[in-house]
Amino acid sequence: MALKIVKGSIDRMFDKNLQDLVRGIRNHKEDEAKYISTCIDEIKQELKQDNIAVKANAVCKLTYLQMLGYDVSWAAFNIVEVMSSSKFTYKRIGYLAASQCFHESTDVIMLTTNQIRKDLSSPNQYDTGVALTGLSCFVTPDLARDLANDIMTLMSHTKPYIRKKAVLIMYKVFLKYPESLRPAFPRLKEKLEDPDPGVQSAAVNVICELARRNPKNYLSLAPLFFKLMTSSTNNWVLIKIIKLFGALTPLEPRLGKKLIEPLTNLIHSTSAMSLLYECVNTVIAVLISLSSGMPNHSASIQLCVQKLRILIEDSDQNLKYLGLLAMSKILKTHPKSVQSHKDLILQCLDDKDESIRLRALDLLYGMVSKKNLMEIVKKLMLHVDKAEGTTYRDELLTKIIDICSQSNYQYITNFEWYISILVELTRLEGTRHGHLIASQMLDVAIRVKAIRVFAVAQMATLLDNAHMLTGNTQRNGICEVLYAAAWICGEFSEHLENPMETLEAMLRPKVATLPGHIQAVYVQNAAKLFATVLKSQEGNTDSTTAQEASQLMIDRLPLFVQSANLEVQERASCILQLVKYIQKLQQKDVEVSEEVCALFAGELNPVAPKAQKKVPIPDGLDLDAWINEPPSESESEDEQPKAIFSKEEPKHSRPRHTEVDEKELARRREARKQEQANNPFYIKASPSSQKVYQETPGVEHIPVVQIDLSVPLKVPGLPMSDQYVKLEEERRQKERAEKKKKDKKKRKEKRSGRGKKHDSGPESEEDITPAHMVDIVTEEMPENALPSDDDERDPADPHKALDIDLDKPLADSEKLPVRSHRAAEVLKSPAEDEEGENVSSLEPKKKSSKEKREKKKDKDKDRKKSKEEKKKKKHKHEEKEEADLLCGQADEPAFQSEETNEVVTPPTSTSADVSDLDFWLSNAPVPSNTQEAATVAAAEAAPAPGAISVTTPDSEPEEPKDTEMEETKSSKHKKKKQKREKEDKEKKKKKKHHHHHHHHGDKGGEESVQNGTVEEEEPLPPMSNYCLLAENSYIKVAYDIQGNLQDGSQVVVSVIFENKCDSFLKSMEFNVLDSLNSKLQRPEGSGPHDSLTIPFQLPPGVSNEARFVFTVQSIIMPQKLKGTLTFIVKNEESSTHEKLDFKLHFTCTSYLITTPCYSDAFAKLLESGDLKSSSIRLEGVNMPFHHLLARICFHHHFSVVERIDSCASMYSRSIQGHHVCLLVKISSQTVSVDAKCDEPTLLGNVLDEIKQTFSQC
Amino acid sequence: MIKAILIFNNHGKPRLSKFYEHFNEDIEQQIIRETFHLVSKRDENVCNFLEGGMLIGGSDYKLIYRHYATLYFVFCVDSSESELGILDLIQVFVETLDKCFENVCELDLIFHVDKVHHILAEMVMGGMVLETNMNEIITQVDLQNKMEKSEFFPFFSLFTDVYLSVYQAGQVDTGRYCRSTCSCRISCKEHEPPGNAQKHQHRRHKHKSAKFTFLQVATARS
Repeated sequence: MALKIVKGSIDRMFDKNLQDLVRGIRNHKEDEAKYISTCIDEIKQELKQDNIAVKANAVCKLTYLQMLGYDVSWAAFNIVEVMSSSKFTYKRIGYLAASQCFHESTDVIMLTTNQIRKDLSSPNQYDTGVALTGLSCFVTPDLARDLANDIMTLMSHTKPYIRKKAVLIMYKVFLKYPESLRPAFPRLKEKLEDPDPGVQSAAVNVICELARRNPKNYLSLAPLFFKLMTSSTNNWVLIKIIKLFGALTPLEPRLGKKLIEPLTNLIHSTSAMSLLYECVNTVIAVLISLSSGMPNHSASIQLCVQKLRILIEDSDQNLKYLGLLAMSKILKTHPKSVQSHKDLILQCLDDKDESIRLRALDLLYGMVSKKNLMEIVKKLMLHVDKAEGTTYRDELLTKIIDICSQSNYQYITNFEWYISILVELTRLEGTRHGHLIASQMLDVAIRVKAIRVFAVAQMATLLDNAHMLTGNTQRNGICEVLYAAAWICGEFSEHLENPMETLEAMLRPKVATLPGHIQAVYVQNAAKLFATVLKSQEGNTDSTTAQEASQLMIDRLPLFVQSANLEVQERASCILQLVKYIQKLQQKDVEVSEEVCALFAGELNPVAPKAQKKVPIPDGLDLDAWINEPPSESESEDEQPKAIFSKEEPKHSRPRHTEVDEKELARRREARKQEQANNPFYIKASPSSQKVYQETPGVEHIPVVQIDLSVPLKVPGLPMSDQYVKLEEERRQKERAEKKKKDKKKRKEKRSGRGKKHDSGPESEEDITPAHMVDIVTEEMPENALPSDDDERDPADPHKALDIDLDKPLADSEKLPVRSHRAAEVLKSPAEDEEGENVSSLEPKKKSSKEKREKKKDKDKDRKKSKEEKKKKKHKHEEKEEADLLCGQADEPAFQSEETNEVVTPPTSTSADVSDLDFWLSNAPVPSNTQEAATVAAAEAAPAPGAISVTTPDSEPEEPKDTEMEETKSSKHKKKKQKREKEDKEKKKKKKHHHHHHHHGDKGGEESVQNGTVEEEEPLPPMSNYCLLAENSYIKVAYDIQGNLQDGSQVVVSVIFENKCDSFLKSMEFNVLDSLNSKLQRPEGSGPHDSLTIPFQLPPGVSNEARFVFTVQSIIMPQKLKGTLTFIVKNEESSTHEKLDFKLHFTCTSYLITTPCYSDAFAKLLESGDLKSSSIRLEGVNMPFHHLLARICFHHHFSVVERIDSCASMYSRSIQGHHVCLLVKISSQTVSVDAKCDEPTLLGNVLDEIKQTFSQC
Repeated sequence: MIKAILIFNNHGKPRLSKFYEHFNEDIEQQIIRETFHLVSKRDENVCNFLEGGMLIGGSDYKLIYRHYATLYFVFCVDSSESELGILDLIQVFVETLDKCFENVCELDLIFHVDKVHHILAEMVMGGMVLETNMNEIITQVDLQNKMEKSEFFPFFSLFTDVYLSVYQAGQVDTGRYCRSTCSCRISCKEHEPPGNAQKHQHRRHKHKSAKFTFLQVATARS
C-alpha cells in the first residue's frame, strides 16, 4: 500500500498542470492533434488515481481542452468527484468543468443533487457561490424541482453576495420548473427593495426577463417599478426597468401616459448615452401604444426624433447605428416625422460601415412613396453596382424587392419599370436570391394583367440570352430566374411576338445543363409554346410552320427524355409521344390545335397566402385523428424516398383551379363581397385599388410608351430602367395637364364661379395614378374564412410555461417540494369547515366548462371585460397546471384537499390586485375607486391563512411585511393620483362604468359565471357604498364598512377624508367611543380611549383614505358608535384646532361578505331545514330587475346564485358564518323577498336595511 | 440574456469560450469560427454591433464586440440587453482583468483561462449580468483566491523550502503535497521553472507594446 502511494506520487511528478499543457500545445504547433491525444491519455491515467488533487488537475486540463473543441463528456463522473471535494480549490475546478460541459442529457447530473444541496447550505459563502454559479449553467428540470426550495431560502441569506446569486439563478429555475414561479414570486418581489443594490439589480434583472415574455402577468408590478425608476440612480437598473416598461406599455395605455413625463425628464437630464437611448426607445414604445389621443404627442415624437438625429449625426458609429435602429421603430407608426430626415438616412447609405448601411436600408423601406420610389431604387441600384461583398449586395437586392413589393406593390406606378429592374438584377453574379427575383417576376406577370405583353417580351429575351446567366456554374443562384422566364413565356405565350424563336431557345441543348426543376419547367412550357404555335397557324393554308414546330420538338425532346432527373424525363417522354401523334395527324391535315390548346386551358387566380389556414374546421372533424389504423413502425423508413420528388419542387408553383367553373367563382365572389360589405371588421380596400382590372380595361392608364424595344432588349445586360424615370415623369405631367384641362372644362361648364382655386400646387400622393393595377382584391379567400389572424407562439417556447398569474394567492399545493417535510405535509391540510365553501368548490370542472362557453359567447370589446376573461383564462390555466401536478407527483397526496381551498380563495385577491393597479393608473373619482381599495384592504389586512405557510420557518414573516409595503405604497400613489384627478373629468363617467362592471367581476367572482345574464343587459347606473359620515366647512368624511374575510370578529372601516377648504389640514386624529360590543383596534400599548393619528396630511382639495379595524362580538344587531375627528387647519396666517363629531353606523349588511355559492349547494342548504324564514315586500320599485339585483349585490354583499326570468336566488354569508339566502321575485313594481337565515334577528335587520335601500331610491 | 461570451485573438484562436446554452463541442467551434470570420473582417472604425450570426441565435440576437490589441471580446446577446450597456460591461470586464492580472496581456489569458472564468463568473451568471461594479468584483475574486491559498497555506509553509529546493533541482518529488504547492505556483510567477520562465518573460516583452495599446484603447473607449 505504502509502496503504491510512493509509486503514484513519483508518477505524478511527471504530470503536467494546465500551464504545462498550454505550453506543450504551443510547442507542438505542427502535430497539435497528436500531442493532445497523448495528453488526453495521460489525463485518463490521472483520473484513475485516488488522489483528488491529481483528479482536479486533470479536470482543469480537460476544461481547457473542451474549449479547444474536444469532447470531454466521458469524464463527467470524474468531474462530479472533483465537485464533491471538500476543498474550495478543487470544488471550484469541478464546478467550472461542469458548467462548461454538463447539459440536460448528461446522466450523471442526477448524482449531483445532494452534493449541490450540501454546497448550497455550506457555511462558507464561496462554496455556496460556486455551486450557484455552476448550477446556473447546467440546471435541469429535476435539479430545479429538487433544489428550488433551497435556493429560495438562499434568497434571504444574510450575505448579499449569496442573495444576488440566488435571486438571479431563480430565473433559470423558473424556466426549468415553472411550478416554482408562484411560490417564489413574493420573495422575488420583495428583493426589488433589497437594501443591497446588487441584489436589487439582480431581482430587476430576473423580473425583466420574466416580464419580457409574459408581460401581462407583471402589470401589477408597474407601480413598484415606477417607484424604483424615479428613485434609483443605478443606470443598469434604470435601463432594465425602462426596457421593461417598454414591454408593458402596449398592454396598458394608461401606464404610457404616466411614463411620458418622467422619461422625458430623464432624456433631458441624463448624461449616459445608454440610458438616454433606452429612454427614447421606451418613449417610442409608449407613443406606439398610444398612437392616437394625446395632443402633445407630436412634442414627444419631435423630442425623440431630434435626439435620435443627434445620435445619428454623432461621429461614434455605435450611436449612429442605434439611432437608426430606434428610428426604424418610430417609422412604423409615425412615418411622417422620420421622412423629414430622409437626407440623413440616404447619407448613411454611403457609410463605410456595413451594419449602418443595413440599418439605413431598413429605414428606406418605410420612406418610399409613389413619388420617390423610382428615385430611391435608382440610388440603390447604383449601390448594387458598387457593392463589393456579396452579402451586402444580396441584402440590397432583397431590400429593393421588399421596397417595391411592399403592401401589394402599392408604390409602383409603372410595372414596366419594375420588370426592367428585375431583369437588371439578374445580372448580379453569384447572388443567392435568384429565387426571389423569379418569384417576383411570376407574381407580377400573373397579377398585373396589363404587363404581360411586356413581361413576356422581356422574358423571351432572357431565355434567348440564357447562356449569359448560366455561363458560369458559380452563378447558379441566378439561373432560377430562367425558371420564371420559361414559365411566363409558356403560360402567356399568346402575347409572344415570335413564339417559334422562343421555342427554339427553350429547346437548345445547353438547357440540359440547368438544374432539373428548371429543365422540367422548360419542357412543360415548350409544350405550351408548341400549342400556341399550332393555334396561330390554324386556318393558315401553308402548314409548314406548324410542321416545323413539330419537327423541332421531335428532334430536341429526346435529349430530355434521357435526363437523369425523373421529373424532366417523365414530362419529356409524355410530350414527345404526344407531339409524334400530333405530327401524324398533321400529315393527315387534321385540325388539332383546338385539342392541344385544351391541354393548357384555364386562367390563374391569385389565392391569398393565408387562405388555407382560414378555412374553418367543420364540426366533428378531428384533423389529428387517424383515418386508418396508424401504420406500423417499420413503415416509417419507407417515407424517405418521397423527399426526392418533393425536394426539387419549386416553392412558387401555383395550383390551378380549372375545376371550378367561372359562374361558380363569380357567384362566390359576389357572396363574399356581400359578406365583406356587411362585416364592419373587414377593412375595405381604398376605392382606387379596388378597381379590378378585368372589369376596367383601363387602357388610358397604360402609358403608350414608345420604347424602342428592339434595341435595348436584344442586349439584356444594358440598364434601361432609368428611362422609365423620365417616362414616368412625362406621364405624370401629361396626366396633370389632362386633369387641369378637365378641371377647366368643369369650371367652364358649371360657371358657378365660386372662385375656388383648383390648382393644388405640388402633386400629392393620391394624384399619382398607377399605370397598372395589381390584381389584389380578387385574391381568393375561402368562404366563411375566419377573420382571426392569430400567430400562435411556438409550443416549444420554454417561456410559455411561465405564463402564470402571479397575483393570485398561493395555494398550499404550490409549495415547493421539500424533501424533509414531505411526510408531514400530508397532515397539514387545513380543515375548512365552512360547508358552503366546500360544497361550492367541489365542481371546478363544471365551472370551467361553463367559463369556456361564456368566453365564446361574448366577445365584447369592452376592455374591462376582456381583462376579466383573461383572468378566467389564467385561472383555468392554473387549475390545469395543478391537475398536472396532481398526476405528476403522486407522492404528495395532500394536494387533493388543498386544491379545493385554492379554488375558493382567488377571486377577491386577484381582483384586488388588479384594482390596485387600476387605482394607481386611473384618475377616476375617489368613491367608486376607493371602494375597491377597501376590498384590497380587507383582503390584505389579515394574513391569508391559505397562503405561504409552514414549509420553511422563515417564509412566515414575509406575508405581513408584504402587506405593509403594499399599503404604504398604495397610499402614496393615491396622493399622486388625486392631484391629477381634476385633469380628467371627462373620463370619470366612463370609468365609473367600467368600475361597475368590474365590481360585478370581482364581487361576484365565481358567481358571475352563474349569473352572467347581468352583463348582457343595459349598463347599470354608477353606485357607491361610501356614505357620508360627517361634514363641515373644512372637511368631508365618507366611510364604508367591510367584513373581514379571515377573521370573524373584525370589520374594516375605510374612511375617506376630503379637504374642502383652501388650507392645509394636519394632525388629524380619529377617535371612537367604544361600546361593549364593538371596539376600535388601537396599537398595542395605547389605552382604550386614545385616539388614532391619521398618517397623512391633506393639502387643499385633496382627499385620502384611512382604514380602521374594529372588533365586534355580536353581529346580529346594527349599532352606532360615536366618535370625533380632530384636526388642525393651517393656512398662511394662522392655524386653528377644529373638531368634527360623527356617528359610525355599523349595519348588519356590513357584516355580510360576498360569497359565491352554487345552485346545488344552495339547494342543499335550503333543504337542511336549519334556517328560519322571513319575508318582506317592496312596493313601487321602479327599476329593471337586473338593476335591482345588482343593487342588492352591491350594497348588501349578496351574490346571485341563480336567476330565472323575474326570479332570483341570492346568497351571502356573515363574517361569523351565518348563511343568508334570499329569493327575490318581481311582478309589476312589487318585489317580494323571501329570506332564510340561521339567525332570525340578523335576517330581520338585513331585510330592514334592504327595504331602506330601496325606499331611498 | 447573454447567450455566449467569446474571447479569441486576431487569428481566431479561442482564448475563452463561455456558452450559456448548451451546444455540441463541434458546433461551439463552428460558432467561434463564424463569429471570428464576421468580426475580423470589420474595420477598426465601424460600429461594435453586428447582426446575422447564422449559428448562434437568430434575428433576436446581436453580436456586440470590442477589439483590444490582439484580442476580440465578443458577447452574443438578445434584445433584452442594452447594447451600450454591454459595451460598458466588456470594458468593465477588461479593466477587471487588467487589475487582477496586473497589466493583462494575451499570455495571461492563455495560461490562466481558469482564472478568467472565475472572474467572469463574478460578473455574469447563467447569462445574466450579476455585478457591474468593478471594485466589488475584484474584492470577491481576491477573497476567493485568498481562500484558495489558505487551504494550502499550512502545508505550503511546511514544505515550501523543501519543495523549492527540490523543484529547482528538478529531481525528487516531495510526494503527497506536490500538487498543492504546484497550484500555488500558478499564482506566483516567481516559481516558474527557470527555463520556461525566461521564455514567458520574453514573450511578455514582445507583447508589451501590444499591451500598451490594449489599455490605451480601453481608456479611449471609456
